[in-house]
Amino acid sequence: MIRFEQVTFTYDGADLPTLDRVDLAVGEGELCVVVGPTGSGKTTLLRAVNGLVPYFTGGRLSGEVVVDGRSTRDYPPRELADVVGMVGQNPAASFVTESVEDELAYTMENLGIEPAVMRRRIEDTLDLLGLHELRHRPLATLSGGQQQRVAIGAVLTASPRVLVLDEPTSALDPAAAEEVLASLTRLVHDLGLTVLLAEHRLERVLPFADTMVLVPGRGSPLVVGTAAEVMVDSPVAPPLVELGRLAGWAPLPLSVRDARRQAGALRLRLAGARPATRDAVAGAPLATLDSVTVRYDEVTALDAVSLAFGAGEVVAVMGRNGSGKSTLLAQVAGVRPPASGTVRLDGVDPVGLGPRDLVAKVGLVPQDAGVLLYGESVGEECASADHDTGLPPGTTAAVLERVLPGLDPDRHPRDLSEGQRLAVVLAVVLAPAPPLLLLDEPTRGLDYPGKARLVRLLTELADAGHGVVVATHDVELVAQVATRAVVLAEGEVVGDGPARAVVCHSPVFAPQVAKVLSPDPWLTVDEVRTALLGEPVRG
Amino acid sequence: MAGAASRTTNPILLLLIGGVVAFVVAARRTAAPWSRSLVVFLRLGLVVIVLRVVLVVVFGNRLPGHVLFTLPQVPLPSWARGVSIGGPVTVEALVQAVVQGLRLAVVLLCFGAANSLASPYRLLRCLPAVLYEAGVAITVALAFAPELVVSIGAVRDARRLRGRPVRGFAGLRGMAVPVLESAFDRSLQLASSMDARGYGRRVPVSAGARRWATGGTAVGLLLVIGGVYGVLVSGSLPGGGIPFVAVGAVLVGVGLAAGGRRTNRTRYRPDPWGWPEWVVGASGAVAVGCLIAAGVLGVAGLQFSVYPLGLPTLPLLAAAGILVGLLPAWAAPVERRTAAPARTRPPRAPGGPERGRTATPAADSADVPPERPVPPSSLPVPTSPKRPAVTPADAPVGRIEGRVA
Repeated sequence: MIRFEQVTFTYDGADLPTLDRVDLAVGEGELCVVVGPTGSGKTTLLRAVNGLVPYFTGGRLSGEVVVDGRSTRDYPPRELADVVGMVGQNPAASFVTESVEDELAYTMENLGIEPAVMRRRIEDTLDLLGLHELRHRPLATLSGGQQQRVAIGAVLTASPRVLVLDEPTSALDPAAAEEVLASLTRLVHDLGLTVLLAEHRLERVLPFADTMVLVPGRGSPLVVGTAAEVMVDSPVAPPLVELGRLAGWAPLPLSVRDARRQAGALRLRLAGARPATRDAVAGAPLATLDSVTVRYDEVTALDAVSLAFGAGEVVAVMGRNGSGKSTLLAQVAGVRPPASGTVRLDGVDPVGLGPRDLVAKVGLVPQDAGVLLYGESVGEECASADHDTGLPPGTTAAVLERVLPGLDPDRHPRDLSEGQRLAVVLAVVLAPAPPLLLLDEPTRGLDYPGKARLVRLLTELADAGHGVVVATHDVELVAQVATRAVVLAEGEVVGDGPARAVVCHSPVFAPQVAKVLSPDPWLTVDEVRTALLGEPVRG
Repeated sequence: MAGAASRTTNPILLLLIGGVVAFVVAARRTAAPWSRSLVVFLRLGLVVIVLRVVLVVVFGNRLPGHVLFTLPQVPLPSWARGVSIGGPVTVEALVQAVVQGLRLAVVLLCFGAANSLASPYRLLRCLPAVLYEAGVAITVALAFAPELVVSIGAVRDARRLRGRPVRGFAGLRGMAVPVLESAFDRSLQLASSMDARGYGRRVPVSAGARRWATGGTAVGLLLVIGGVYGVLVSGSLPGGGIPFVAVGAVLVGVGLAAGGRRTNRTRYRPDPWGWPEWVVGASGAVAVGCLIAAGVLGVAGLQFSVYPLGLPTLPLLAAAGILVGLLPAWAAPVERRTAAPARTRPPRAPGGPERGRTATPAADSADVPPERPVPPSSLPVPTSPKRPAVTPADAPVGRIEGRVA
């Protein structure tokens, strides 16, 4: 269905090709997952399928991409709209109309489909993706999961043969991600659709994948095979696969169910051992919220929330999309005043602080970290951060060197990978040494090595007495780094306690290792590894 | 309404128009992000009034009358004769400045209103196929303003988080680049998304037919724009410009029909043009009509004069015409989705199932046929999409020149 023949693509001004002599064939009705480190060219590969690369990006493409018998050489993206449905990384940015139903109709209108047929297909799509409740809603008021489903629906109505999705679940909470993936599986099974999707959070998509393409990056050849084959020595692997490698299971488990069936022996070996818990000593409170309520017009984003964040703890704030996590962080950072209640940051109201005083007390890394960067180069960002905060020149550059050594200061922030950009933002935010660090969804778009680096850094910071608050959907991150977990629902705190206790007992927030080894409270592969190596191996 | 505003200098009438427009917007606002642009335009209008007064005080508008105070006069070289800085400032000059500023402000307010009620996306949907390239450019430009408002907020927050000044000149300068950059990015993404979804697919037609379609439309549009100018500025064209509008409209119609054959776009549940739409259009036309009629009949009080200084009178015919403009507040089709509350930060809104109920009692009570889920854009301002290009520039500029000379 999709065929790449000797495809080489080089962006304008780049020395090395992003895709180098790629050969790839994806058959009809396959669900193919594209994996690889950040910046390896996954998005480029996906966008080449319908010709957005190179029609919209510029650059040189040689070789041929053929979809359903049509070559992108002869057909521009708009002429492929009836064959390929493309859903980008940020669905909200791709919406052309303003309401759900109009958006679903848009592609069909362009294709000139009869109104009666359109009407029927829209009703079908609404049912298929469970959107009928939302059909008249303005797109701007939808939650992340709903927007993602609308974006999928909007390309599905044209009944394409191929669906291409770039990180469809990265912005979604675990439940919404399940929902989207379940819809996709249904499309593959019922309609024989070919699906090509890129994803960093392999733990979510692995059980659904038929085939897998590993893009190692830097011009190395692609690795193509079934999911189990590719996972054997993939540099990116979900915790489940890591656990399987550690325990020597063959074939490698791809779903929690597979793993549990093989896990009996491992559980026996671990019997009696207890995970080494880091001492979660919450020091003096750095920030307190006292019955804080925040409203956006008629929506209550936070409802009488009272919390305190102390020095030395890593607090994970979890909850559905739109449950008030970002609002909570924005309150602590004094971005806007609460409707009622008080916020105290180091004893003062953060809203009244001047920018320079504020950054000395609290650092906030927003969801889209790139919004903080608008210099021409990494070096310029560092210099201007020193200037803004009145630090001696070179402070930020030194912090960056500690966070991510060896980053070229001449590079433009826009050309950095997601992980590198996050490192620069972290350096900028950490330079004035704020005692409290807030991160909003820091692992979006981050690959496993990038995530591991972040985990190390956050742990170091907490050990050095900083308070860290992370709002995230990423349960694996929570498992690795958090000492305390706060669960929000509809703006209220519904759970607050030690991270292990909170996540182990939740079917939604439990990490994979916990699911495999429950009821024992193991959270991460590292814990299991330490426990196994710490005691004599019993055969 | 903008047309009506440019026809009078009576401050009472102007304030009346402003009030009517604001009321209609308040009554028919949707939850969409662009509905806040009225406030932005309102601020812009206030700036215009202040600027006008300051200019009059500094550069002097030498109207004889009651001298309020005298600024020291700055002698200028002979080549700058005709321009003076400082000098006596009279009450009459100030009042006149305020009134003229007010007129421009009300015209701006009308555009703000049009912007808050109609979405740029929907305008694009209404564009005929032959204008497709131009259409993309216009929508991207139209989407630019509201997106700008949204991203200014985001950049402000970001700058504060980096410990940078957010107020004053330094703050403004630092914000300009990232704001423009993000708005630009957004527009590019929109364009690539539209292309990927088949916008602009066409069927082959002969080159001659294509040329005819494009040429006819372009000439027609020029005529319409010229004609509209004639309608707004009395006496600039023979016959008030109406014949130009008529001929132009016919040409545009022919051109669009010919061009439309090139694409095979269809429309999903097209916006119907029912009686609410007629009422909306007509109420605006009545407002302009009443003012034009009042002008032709020579009704006193339409043009406010500072001699003698005093409270302006209220011409009844014109006032009644403007009040007709209130009708859209009730007659304009209600958005079915009024159930969704207005929000300042839309994307993070919870998606509880209780918000999923969309058919609201409000929608049903407004006599909207139940099988019509997505009502048309409610444009209570009777300006055609082309008219804005002319209105704000023409009337006030003409006035100022007349004064200086």
